[in-house]
Parts: sequence; structure tokens; C-alpha cells
Amino acid sequence: MTGLQDRLTPEQVEEFGREVDELRQRIVSDLGKEDVDYIQNMIRTQRALEVVGRGLLFAGFFPPAWIAGVGALSLSKILDNMEIGHNVMHGQYDWTRIPELSSQRFEWDTLAPAENWRHSHNYVHHTYTNVLDKDRDIGYGILRMDEGQKWHPYYLGNPVYATLLAIFFQWGVMLHDLEVEKVVKGERKVSELKDVRARILRKAGRQLGKDYLLFPLLTGPLAPLTFLGNATANLTRNLWAFAIIFCGHFPADVESFTEEETESETRGQWYLRQILGSANIEGGKLFHILSGNLSHQIEHHLFPDIPARRYPGIAGEVRAICEKYGLPYHTGPLRKQLASVAKKIVKLALPGGRTEPSPAPEPATVRRERELTAA
Amino acid sequence: MAVQVPRLVPRGARRRARSLASLAEALLTPHGMDRYLELVDPMLVRREIRGVVTGVRRQTPDTVTLTVRPSRAWRGFSAGQYVRVSVDIDGVRRTRCYSPTCSEHGGQLELTVKAQENGLVSGHLHRHAAPGMVLGLSQPDGEFTLPARRPEKILLVSGGSGITPVLSMLRTLVDEGHPGEVVFLHYANTAADVLYRTELAELARRLPGLRVVLAHTHSGGGDLHGFFERAHLHRVAPWYHTAQTYLCGPLPLMDSVRATFEADGLSEQLNTEEFTPPPVPADGGATGQVRFARSGRETANSGKPLLDQAEDAGLRPEHGCRMGICFSCTKLKTSGCVRNARTGELSAEDNVEIQLCISIPVGDVEIQT
Repeated sequence: MTGLQDRLTPEQVEEFGREVDELRQRIVSDLGKEDVDYIQNMIRTQRALEVVGRGLLFAGFFPPAWIAGVGALSLSKILDNMEIGHNVMHGQYDWTRIPELSSQRFEWDTLAPAENWRHSHNYVHHTYTNVLDKDRDIGYGILRMDEGQKWHPYYLGNPVYATLLAIFFQWGVMLHDLEVEKVVKGERKVSELKDVRARILRKAGRQLGKDYLLFPLLTGPLAPLTFLGNATANLTRNLWAFAIIFCGHFPADVESFTEEETESETRGQWYLRQILGSANIEGGKLFHILSGNLSHQIEHHLFPDIPARRYPGIAGEVRAICEKYGLPYHTGPLRKQLASVAKKIVKLALPGGRTEPSPAPEPATVRRERELTAA
Repeated sequence: MAVQVPRLVPRGARRRARSLASLAEALLTPHGMDRYLELVDPMLVRREIRGVVTGVRRQTPDTVTLTVRPSRAWRGFSAGQYVRVSVDIDGVRRTRCYSPTCSEHGGQLELTVKAQENGLVSGHLHRHAAPGMVLGLSQPDGEFTLPARRPEKILLVSGGSGITPVLSMLRTLVDEGHPGEVVFLHYANTAADVLYRTELAELARRLPGLRVVLAHTHSGGGDLHGFFERAHLHRVAPWYHTAQTYLCGPLPLMDSVRATFEADGLSEQLNTEEFTPPPVPADGGATGQVRFARSGRETANSGKPLLDQAEDAGLRPEHGCRMGICFSCTKLKTSGCVRNARTGELSAEDNVEIQLCISIPVGDVEIQT
């Protein structure tokens, strides 16, 4: 397998980095009212779905109303978390200076407090993407998602843990920020996490309070149905978010890296790692919106602070750049990516369990040279 | 004169309304009530302040005067203070300070905006302001106000668009039927540049102790001619030694009035408000001071990104990637200008959030950390 360092020559990496930077600059200078209108519309749609969903559950004794209510509320939570929350908290709209769209102020409809998540996701995951022992998203501290993680009998339960994580995903994301495994290993002290814990208690209290206490109580005799409806909406969002997020970094061909490989990276090398460490999911427009455009994980990892609605528009160019430099561009339909992730989860439950990545395409320069020689 | 707001709603009902509101906030967590109310009508917000434009008139070719009805969180202002007004232009929210020109008594706001050359916000308002437009507002701010016990003799001096805060003071005094002597001395280039001409004449009729004096600096036809000089004071308010003076206008006017009062040993009685546009720094080397307001630390600008400068000064601001992608080090820049190391873009506006790790100060900068 080609290592991170020897994929491109230093000159090529620099040239490649410059091309990606140019692409970025072009989009940044084109940002404007359309981008703000888009996200404001998305917010309006999400709020409308939420109000309709909560409203319908007041008529939850009538099964079609209950089902429609749960559907609307699920969609609302998915939009809130993915296309709105995730993207706004990445700072994609900070340039608008609109307080409601500020990465520092936005709070989303899930258990994990925005502030904790901004640290674990925006900083840790996006800076150290797929670097073993640095990127805590690899396995979320419970799964074995890479052969570089040493096998232990505990990992025999990999498929079970993954299923549980999918079901309780918002709890997983919330607890992720506590860095429990680092505390167990003695790398962090419990006392260092006082603020993180306090924020979790405050935020989770409010979230659980509204979904599992206040709204059920307000519907009086329908309380159990409302409770169940809200739980179902949370579950739907959990399964969906888990699926999209795991397809972004864990299909078979996606690469991981060691700390040594990534030491003192240049900007070009950092871009290179983002491409090798991410995977896209193919689908229609609605699918991209519901995935928060994380279906364009590669573009997102190159430009995490550019409004996600721009990713589909630049995907072709990113792909062309990859082709030019002989870099893989991992993509596939949802079922293919999901199957690949599931296979990896099962395989890595067992010792060894090496997943063989398909050979990387050879760099265009090498190919051209060979063609020239042949001719 | 304190205006008593009549208690329209009995206390019990108000308490019930408050607990209903907090129940609603709990149900609408994490986004809060305003984020839903504004979808129905932007003026329904409870916590934020907004203003809807109810009237627009153009007194001179380069100004626009807006009547604005603020939303319910507005607590009123004192004559002479300013408010931060926000509008969205090309997707970006821009904020500028304007002094209301109306009396502090009454629930409406009146703002007069002069379209500055290349002025983003003033130009936008000048071109696009129309009834129904919704503006973002802040609570009022500023120390340039009349004392609660109004002085008996008051001299108001203004120049150009500096008329706004002092006109507000004048209208307030007229509404209060101020029994003492008031002189309103205003400088403008020509008669055509005098804002609020008819209103000023009307005010002079309503308050017996008021004298309105218009000085034209570039044409005839006024009560006085030419730039401010001591003789003007002796002609229009020979008692200015025993008065409180309120001054707002362009820098040359401010400077010469200040010098006169200083020479007379009257600086204590001169109250001023300055509206100077932020200086656009010339790009050349690291100059100025960087101030970290919350910690009180101040250091000479070394030309490095602000995050490094903060750390060099012994501070430990929260940060992450150090390359502008994670937004962990976003902080409020309260004043000054910074250059974005990634895009080269300059940010000269006050009170905007910037990323410390990729912002290089240009001249004096103050950061809220």
C-alpha cells in the first residue's frame, strides 16, 4: 500500500495544495446572499416540521397522525443536526456575522452540548482526520475500526457495540466528549473534565426534559404515545446519523495514518490526507440535504468551513484534481458504502482481520510516462 | 420628567405570563422562543430588539430620515445616546451606530442617516429604506446625555450630520417645556445642507427660551457666516460661561470649540460626542498596540497572528487547529483592524468575531479575551 509520504513528490504535493487552495479561494469570494437564504430556508423548513410534528402528536390517538407526527419530528431532528447544526457549528456561516448563524452561539437539538462537540469534532477530528491514537472518531473509543488498533478479546463484541452505538448514537456523541477511554488509560484526570461534564448535565437535562417529560405531560392522557413518538424520532435520527457518519470514513478503501506520517505536515499534505481519509456517498438532491451534505465528506474535509451547499457544485473539480494527481476519490451508493462498513466492523472483531484495500490508481504522471514509452 | 408607564396588566396575570413564557422556552429548547416567533413575524421577538421602518423621508439629496417602531424589548433611550443598527447586505450583517434625533419621550425612534462616500450601510439605507423594512437594534449606549436635573442654561453646538444627538436633546427639552435658556447653534455648508430646517423653526416657536442659530460656512443667508470662532459664542450665547455646552460635529469644529473652552478654563462644562470613521490603516509593518481587554494585558504588535501574540503575552486563549479551520479561537474584536492571513482580507469594523490564529493585527487592536 502506498504510504502518505510517497504518493506524490514534494513538488507535486505543493502544486496540488495550491490548486485546492485556489478552488477554495474562488468559492469563498463568491459567498453571498444566496448562501444565507439557503440556510435560512432550511431553518424555516426545520422549524415548520418540528411545529407540525409536535402538533400532530397531540392527535396521536389517531394512528396516521401519530405516524405523520413522528415522521415530521424525525425529519426536523435530522435537518437540525445535519444540514443546519453540524454545518453552522463548523463556522460555515460565521462570515455572515448573523448571531443565529454563529458557530460560537448555535446549539442543536441533540444531547451533546455544542461547545463540547466543537472541541471533539471541529478541532480533534478535523485536524487529526484518521490519524490513529489522535482522531477519536476512529471507533469512538469503543469499536475497532482499523487494523492498526491492537486486537483484544473485548473486540469480539464489535458488531454488538456498533449496533448499540447506532441505536443510542446521540448518547454516544455526548459521552464521546468525556474521553472516558483516556481517563481509563490514565491519560486524563477526571477533574480535567469538570466543565465538559457540567455542560453535558445542563444540556441533557433540557433535552430529556422536553422530549420525555414536558411534551408528554402536555398531551395529558396521550403521554405514553407522545413519549414513544419522541423516542422514535430520536431513534430515527440516531440510525440515520450513524449510517451517514460511518460511511464517511470507514468504507474499506479509506486510509488511516500514523502520527509519524503526519508530523509537520504542509497544507498540501494536510489536504492530501483529508482526501485519502474520507469517502463520499452518491445520491439525489434530497439525500444530500438530509445527510447535511456529509455525503460529500471529501469536499467537507477539504473545506470544513465552506457552506455545505457548495460541495455538490465543486465535487466534479475535486474529483478532476484527484484524477490529475492519481489520488483515489472514494465514493459509492449508500448501500455499497454501508455494506463495506458493516463488513469492516465484523472482520475487525476478529484478530488480524486485515481488510485488503483495492490498489490505488497509479499517479497520472506515471501513467503518462508509460504511455509515452509505449508509443 | 419621568414618564410613568400605566400598569395595564394586573400583577398575577403578569406572573402567569412569565411562567408561560419560561415553559415555552423549555419546550422550544435549544433554539428558544425568538427563533420560532420571528418566523411568524420578525417583530414578535421577545429578547432581541428590532425596529420596523414606518416612515421614510429625504430632507436633503444625500440623507434619509427613518421613523422606526422598536419591538417590545426596547427600553427607551436618553437624548444624546446612540443605538447600533444592523442590516443584512449581500448576506452579511452590517452594524453601525446612529443617534436617534427624536425626543426621548415617546416610543418611536427617528434616525437620520447621511450617505457616506463608499458607505456600505448608509448607502444601502439611503437607496433601499422603505416602510416595512426591519432593522436590528441594540439597547442605547453612550454617556453623551443631559443630566437628570436639566441645567438652567444650555448651549447646543453641532455641525453637519452631528446634528443628530443634539437635536434629540433639543426636542427632549422642548417636550419638557424647559424653563431656562437654550441656544441651538448649528453649522452647515449652505442653507440647502441644513437638516431639519422646518422642524427647528417650529421648535423655536414652541419653546420661549429657545434661540435657533444657523451658521453657514460656505454661503450667505444664515444667521452667522464662516467657521466657528469665539465671536460666535459672544454673539449668540454671551452667558456660555454659566451654561452646560453639548457639542457634536466634524473634527475641525470639535477641535476649535474645544480649544476655545480650554482657553477659558471651561473644559468641565463642555460635553462632546465624536463620530469619527475608523482609520483605514496603511499596510506597512507591525505597528500599534494589541490589547486583550478581559485580562487587561497590552503588548506592542509584533506582526504575528493574534493567537501567538496572546500566548507571547502569557495568556492561554482556547484554541485548536491553529490554521483557521476549527473556529475554537474565535473571539470578539472590539476595535481596530486585522488582516486575515488566509485571504488577505481586512476587517476594520468594531465588534466582529475573528479567528485569533489567522488574524494579524494592523495597528491598534482590542480583543475581548
